[in-house]
Amino acid sequence: MKTQKIELYSKFERFWHWTQGGLVILLGITGFEIHNSFKLFGFETSVRLHSAASWAFLILIAMAIFWLFVTGQYKNFIPTTENLKAQINYYLSGIFKHAAHPTKKTKLSKLNPLQRIVYLALIILVFPVQLISGFLYMFQHYPNKPIEMAGLQTVATIHVIGAFLLVVFLIVHLYLITTGSTPLTNLKAMITGFEKMEEDEELIKNQV
Amino acid sequence: MKSRGKNFLISLLVVFILPGLVIYVIFSYYGKRIDQHTPINVKFSADHVPSTDHSEFEILQQEFNDPHEVTAACISCHTSRDDEIMASAHWKWEREAEIPGREGTVNIGKKNLINNFCTGAAGNNGSCMRCHIGLGWEDKSFDFANSKNVDCLVCHDQTETYLKKSGEAGLPATTENASLKFPVPNYNYVAQNVGLPKKHNCGVCHFAGGGGNNVKHGDLEEALLSCSFEVDVHMASDSLDMNCIDCHKTEKHNITGKLYSVSSENKNRATCEECHTSTPHMDKILDEHYYKVACQTCHIPKYAKVNATKMYWDWSSAGRLDDEGNPISESDADGNHNYLSIKGNFVWDDNVTPEYYWFNGTADHYLSTDTISEIPVKINTLFGEYQDPEAKIWPVKVHRGKQIYDTENKTLISLKLFAKNKGEGAYWKDFDYDTAAYLGMKYNNRPYSGSYDFVKTEAFWPINHMVSPKDETVGCIECHSRVGRLAEINDFYLPGRDYSSIVEYGGISLIILSLLGVFGHGIIRMFTGRKNN
Repeated sequence: MKTQKIELYSKFERFWHWTQGGLVILLGITGFEIHNSFKLFGFETSVRLHSAASWAFLILIAMAIFWLFVTGQYKNFIPTTENLKAQINYYLSGIFKHAAHPTKKTKLSKLNPLQRIVYLALIILVFPVQLISGFLYMFQHYPNKPIEMAGLQTVATIHVIGAFLLVVFLIVHLYLITTGSTPLTNLKAMITGFEKMEEDEELIKNQV
Repeated sequence: MKSRGKNFLISLLVVFILPGLVIYVIFSYYGKRIDQHTPINVKFSADHVPSTDHSEFEILQQEFNDPHEVTAACISCHTSRDDEIMASAHWKWEREAEIPGREGTVNIGKKNLINNFCTGAAGNNGSCMRCHIGLGWEDKSFDFANSKNVDCLVCHDQTETYLKKSGEAGLPATTENASLKFPVPNYNYVAQNVGLPKKHNCGVCHFAGGGGNNVKHGDLEEALLSCSFEVDVHMASDSLDMNCIDCHKTEKHNITGKLYSVSSENKNRATCEECHTSTPHMDKILDEHYYKVACQTCHIPKYAKVNATKMYWDWSSAGRLDDEGNPISESDADGNHNYLSIKGNFVWDDNVTPEYYWFNGTADHYLSTDTISEIPVKINTLFGEYQDPEAKIWPVKVHRGKQIYDTENKTLISLKLFAKNKGEGAYWKDFDYDTAAYLGMKYNNRPYSGSYDFVKTEAFWPINHMVSPKDETVGCIECHSRVGRLAEINDFYLPGRDYSSIVEYGGISLIILSLLGVFGHGIIRMFTGRKNN
């Protein structure tokens, strides 16, 4: 079979990914310092960094949503059950036997069925939840000013749950990067945009 | 090769440079606070230049026989000023107040309230009314309608030689009772050198309440007459050297500001905002604290910075006399009395960290008609809670005590403490609680059953003075930490302090599980990989 280098991740997509990665890590570190889980920058600096990073994050997410719909890339995140079982089986056993990836990556279908579910969950659950609870947290400092809420208890608890889920995501995500055809394949692709692919016109047509 | 190079540069840009730039901007522009504050626009009373030279007035050159004549001379030019002063709380020692939770209005003040220091002024006039701005409020017969009873000099004397004699209910010494410590004032000299009140005028009473320097307030004491910037940024002699009336703005003898040990309503207060505005920090996050945190809370990290203040007073141990039957005094290591036969045991402290309470500007008091419903008895109650939009967290000195109460009537007892002579039934002379209670209650027209014991009491004094320099301000983590200054205020979620244990344990377990999962998976991959190779 012929292999070909195809551009899997566009320039914007890579910018989005790495900026988001940086912001999520910064938000995580400063957020957990505000939560008093550890000390690093100092409480006050962490609060300021967290607030600034949250605005950057909001802008980035707005740009990303625009990009997703304009380019049609949002289709990548539509969940499918097709191949789902095969994908689960791959991670549970196939991967140890050096079996081939059951899902082929293409420009318009670069996520396997498991990833689709996880990333969709990430996009529609954790991010909006973190954004909404986070901005309520930011603006609702005190009862009735300016938004009427009984206190920070609820938003803060939700925000912390979201943060823990993001840490778990990050751990699993970092590990799964190494499950490409070589441990660095996926990382290289997210940096250069290109990944060596087996040419398969049929597959591309079917999956779009 | 050319396109590879171009792709390399683009990757560099979108993967490293642009995301790095975003993080860099966040760190360099928002990681630090810009150290600025909004400009303050104030006119200090020190700038006031008197428009007249009082020494040139003939009326002040006459021979004065007593202070009443001086007052009459003052009023002859300063007409109707006496009416202003006689309408004030400084004169009446009470205010009409509506107290939340009580019906109608009550007249309360030093005149009739019970405290947990010397239990109350009424009935101990000779000693306590020395700090009244009148002349000779010896008993109930004092004429509050007589302008000549007003003591103009005690507040306006600029010579620092006019003194009210101790034990004389607010009168200065006369030729009959003058002493080295309290000579007869030179009324001409004093009257010809009057001016706007300075710190020493206010301080002669407000520093010495409770029978000694800094006994009561903790943040008001004689050290403020000449203190460093670290003690009080406003009154520091090496800085602004402000006077009391620079903040306690006064018009027509109505002095703004009051303390909630004797006041109740959210009216006529002296505030920081008046000069500093409600958004002084040039920083959104800090300014927003203003909604719920009083300025004093962060800017007065500790009080009683120079001399100690009384924190605890136990009357139950009073009355222990030496072998000859004389009262004794014992001092602690710092030289403060910790035992006096006439008063019992004390605990003093300096550099005290305040306690913190919600406070919305209104307060309740134990009224002389109240009965004891809870122990410790609250001498006063600062109202407020998190949900109250008016309430803020305030620093408070809590003075705790153990004082005499009527076990039958369940009331706090007003004691007769002061008398000039033995045998008049005053506790400080005769050391008989029963008689002192009987006489004290009688003077106050309150019933006394004849049986007494001692009960724990608490008095709440919001702290307002001894503002520290900005680099000593209470830092974020002193409150935003698991155990901090606000550990006791638990009716709201405080970031950094509060957490849900379920979320905490759940989240950490999930992290550990995912770590175990990826390590396990990775290790199996490594081994199976080797086997296949």
